[in-house]
Amino acid sequence: MITANTADRLLKILLWASAFAIILVLFSIMGYVFLMGAGVMNLEFIFTTAKNNWKEGGIITAIEGTLIVVSIAVLFAAPIGIGAAIYLAEFTREGKTTKIIRLAADSLNAIPSIVFGLFGLTLFIHYLKDYTGGASLLSAGLTLSFMILPTIMRTSEVSIRTVPLQEKMGSYALGATKLQTVKNIVIPGALPGIFTGIILSLGRAAGETAPIVFMTALNPITPSSIFRGGNALTTTLYYLTSEGISINRAFGIALTLILIVLTLNYSARFVNNYLTRNQRR
Amino acid sequence: MSMEKIIVRELNLWYGEKQALEDVNMQIRENRVTALIGPSGCGKSTFIRCLNRMNDRIEGVRITGKVEIDGKNIYDKDVDVVALRKRIGMLFQKPNPFPMSIYDNVAYGPRIHGTGDKKKLREIVEDGIRGAALWDEVSDRLETNALDLSGGQQQRLCIARTLAVKPEIILFDEPCSALDPIATGKIEELIHDLKREYTIVIVTHNMQQAARVSDYTGYFLLGEMIEFGKTKKLFENPHKKETEDYITGRFG
Repeated sequence: MITANTADRLLKILLWASAFAIILVLFSIMGYVFLMGAGVMNLEFIFTTAKNNWKEGGIITAIEGTLIVVSIAVLFAAPIGIGAAIYLAEFTREGKTTKIIRLAADSLNAIPSIVFGLFGLTLFIHYLKDYTGGASLLSAGLTLSFMILPTIMRTSEVSIRTVPLQEKMGSYALGATKLQTVKNIVIPGALPGIFTGIILSLGRAAGETAPIVFMTALNPITPSSIFRGGNALTTTLYYLTSEGISINRAFGIALTLILIVLTLNYSARFVNNYLTRNQRR
Repeated sequence: MSMEKIIVRELNLWYGEKQALEDVNMQIRENRVTALIGPSGCGKSTFIRCLNRMNDRIEGVRITGKVEIDGKNIYDKDVDVVALRKRIGMLFQKPNPFPMSIYDNVAYGPRIHGTGDKKKLREIVEDGIRGAALWDEVSDRLETNALDLSGGQQQRLCIARTLAVKPEIILFDEPCSALDPIATGKIEELIHDLKREYTIVIVTHNMQQAARVSDYTGYFLLGEMIEFGKTKKLFENPHKKETEDYITGRFG
């Protein structure tokens, strides 16, 4: 016979096990990647160019490519996303238009990443070839910018809405216009949240493979121009694994990628704390 | 005898279907303190926000009637609301300094209105802070964050910020409701000093405060102004029974 007390304890153990499972999954993945990747990790692996179809040398071209592609993505997505967020939060009243914009952003977020890749392939590599240089770092960056646009818009909007109404009222009461209030009160107040959103989407963009798989080269290319092709960490990892070139080196890339993304996530937290130190307490 | 600075005629206000102000008429005199009292939800805060068109920002608000300042109806189509708010400062219930330095808070208004000259700006800021009786407490730390000040200091900083745009009228919307008695006393003293140069309207739910600081008092109930007159007279010898019930504490 199970008493109420025993049932209670049993449930508690089950819930604890579920919570512990999360930690377990994280540590097994991280631990495994670290163990496998650490073997190939050295300065040569990080800082030199690959030779002999990636079997020798390093992955610097892929690191550079990823950083460039991700920067292009943010450069394009951030102004549009932040602009849309300011419009939604400050310049319009809730109604049909705002619903449509939000629905569009949510739908954009729900599109599978390979579809972005396919779309980017046709748009940037075929139709806009003359402007993007075809399968170039720019094409890859632009495709990723579409992907991170909704995240930047939503996080910015949430953050803009946390700016207290009283502060805005205070600005209006001094005879400030809407634009002055947005520029001097709303944007500075929302900046920490906006930055955090951007950095987190940077991390996400760096980890995407499918959208840029058609746009990055298989052979090592030192990036010389955004209108030329290049490598990325994720697609190179995919290539090394699927072609059976070197599993160990693929894990080396995985470890590099994890370190970059984790650094971004933690710096997001750091930047947020740094920027909010002078605000609301 | 002072002049009428603001004349309110037949002012009505609706929030959607609900009428919040009904046929309010009032004359507010220059260089005097006019207090508005009444129980919560009586429309006194709604009313004071009509005087600088702060209600414009709220969805579903409809207003009829006139508010004439120096003879000009501020609800006329050709009125520039931004310029109007520069002439009419406003203080809020909760001190709302901007999350920036003390100096930048006070310089905010002059800067957005185009004062670029550093020396002049510095003068305006100092005058504003002195005008708000805050100079002695903050003169050595103007670059520190305004949010480090106490509640009462923050409210006086907000007054300094308002003075820096050189308004003609200052509206106080329950400015002491978040403050302790000592800080409240300082604000009241300040209001008393400020009326030499400014026309002041103050909303308060504290009747003693109205009696202490104001020259004229209006009593609001359910969106109507029940009685208006000299403060002394209204408190000592009210005309209407509703007013008497409220000020003697039998109601509200």
